[in-house]
Amino acid sequence: MSDAAAFGRPRPGIGKGVLIGLACAAAIGFAMLIGGRVITQQIISGLMLGSIYMTVAVAFTLTIGVLNFLNFTIPTLFMLTGMVAWGLLARGYLAGFGGAAWFVALMAGISVAILASLVVERFTFRYLKTRHGDATEHAIPLVSSLGFLLIFEHLVLIALGSEAQRFPVPFKADIYVGGLVIGLPQLASLALALGIVAGLTYVLKRTRMGRALRTIAESPDTASLLGVEVARIVPIVFILTGLLSGVAAALFTVNYGDVSPFMGEHIGTKAIAAMVLGGLGSVWGAVAGGLIVGLAETLSIHFLGGDSVQMVVWGMLLLVIILRPQGLFGASSIGKGKM
Amino acid sequence: MSGYATGIIAILCINLIFAYAIFVTAAAGQLNLGGAGFQAIGAYTAAWLSSNAGQPVIVTIPLAMVTTALIGFLISFPVLRTRGVYMVLATFAFGQFVSGFLLRSPTFGGAIGMVVSDYVGVGLLVAAAIITTGLVFFLMASRLGLAIRSIHDDEPVSTIMGVNVRAVQVTTFTIGGALAGLSGALYAHHFSFVEAQYFNSLLSIYVLLFVLIGGTQTAWGPLVGSLFFTLLPEVLRVGGSWRYVVFGVAIVAMMVLRPQGIVTRELVSRLSPRNWFGSRPAPAARLADGG
Repeated sequence: MSDAAAFGRPRPGIGKGVLIGLACAAAIGFAMLIGGRVITQQIISGLMLGSIYMTVAVAFTLTIGVLNFLNFTIPTLFMLTGMVAWGLLARGYLAGFGGAAWFVALMAGISVAILASLVVERFTFRYLKTRHGDATEHAIPLVSSLGFLLIFEHLVLIALGSEAQRFPVPFKADIYVGGLVIGLPQLASLALALGIVAGLTYVLKRTRMGRALRTIAESPDTASLLGVEVARIVPIVFILTGLLSGVAAALFTVNYGDVSPFMGEHIGTKAIAAMVLGGLGSVWGAVAGGLIVGLAETLSIHFLGGDSVQMVVWGMLLLVIILRPQGLFGASSIGKGKM
Repeated sequence: MSGYATGIIAILCINLIFAYAIFVTAAAGQLNLGGAGFQAIGAYTAAWLSSNAGQPVIVTIPLAMVTTALIGFLISFPVLRTRGVYMVLATFAFGQFVSGFLLRSPTFGGAIGMVVSDYVGVGLLVAAAIITTGLVFFLMASRLGLAIRSIHDDEPVSTIMGVNVRAVQVTTFTIGGALAGLSGALYAHHFSFVEAQYFNSLLSIYVLLFVLIGGTQTAWGPLVGSLFFTLLPEVLRVGGSWRYVVFGVAIVAMMVLRPQGIVTRELVSRLSPRNWFGSRPAPAARLADGG
């Protein structure tokens, strides 16, 4: 029953990250060979979109891997970042920062997401001491997080209105490689997202805190007996959740220039799909899943039309659940429930 | 009766039947976050039979129930290979796939939706809700209901005591499918229109909340949960978006203070007429305290 195994023991040979990188390069190369420029462009856009999904999917997979908790506030944390950043700019609170105002706004947005995530921790985990021991017990934090989803979404609606807004993108720089358009912000977001994930993997594998997190994933009670301060470590998961969702939202906002109170729902469901595809609790699985869902989205829009995305992504997922429930990289024990 | 009140009663009846559909599986410890998918199958089956095949309501509603029950039966096998959070995700994927499929399918009107020819009044909805409630109470009092409750409380021990856990869980998915199909068919016939966008993930989330807030221990749970969820936003109508904030706070507070749901076995036995004049706790209450 090793949930921690999903986070990966240090293993010699080719890492999963390198493997995913090679697969992406191979996909682009293959498309260039047979599909021509249009398909290659679609694949590049898909990977860029996938980098957003992947960052949110890592937030989901981390909470499930360590706490066995499907955190439905993640889409709202994503939305909070974008809307708070827009609100600060639109109300002119950041006029003093001049050209850097957009950056300060996004940082403030990420901070609000982290704070909100800590509030969620307080009320979903810290006060939940009851263990009535029946089969639906694991749903309690899930239901609380759905409550928070309602609270945050409607507070934003009250404060900032329900309209989609244009976030002033400060720069527009595309580079052209052999006739292909690659957005610089998109490229930067892919690199940043991969950097965060690699850093997270390092922390989980090599540091004292990472070991504590993996011990809690294995068994909270045993971790507590062995001297891990569970009550101190658990908030770290929520800080990371807020940080990852916030960064993903900042990247999304800079790339696409739109924010709305409902921006999290679409991203959130796609990120859940990415996580399940990669395997619950597996960080690199979430990375691979995010990129695959991004690719599936752009390619199904290209070949089958815009309405087909939901059917293709979730149909693919249903097949994975039936044929390989542990996902691409997940340990087979994940999701069997903790006793 | 005003149109407003009729509208609320209609949606309350449909929600109640839908909540019982999810309750039957949750009572056996299986959380279904794909409820909207099952309801959509029922609604679209009825809509298609009514509008394209010209069948009367007496045919469309039973056939919608049979179709959804069959889908519930078939989907239970892959879904029951998963547990806990993973089952929540597997059923969620199913619900998303169904609404994605309907959005894409030209037979069922795609994104435009379908008009349903035959209308069903609020009287039939109320009758169906009462019958469903009665049947679920009967089910939970039966031998099968005892097996369902034992799996909910302790699956390994149920296996040891000779309960065929897999068979019971497949049965609950099938019954749940039939009830979700019924609620969908009634929705289609009452509102005379179905569209894929209505059966979204939020609907699945809400109906699971009805059940979990109400409580999964007794058949009273979904009744109280649906009333709470349908009527509280109406009571809180003053203040626009604020009522949803209050609602969210109520949900979080519920989970902190009373995570088993509003109605528990202990509460039912305490309120039971048998115990009005004496303080003798019923055996069920002692069991609940001990477990």
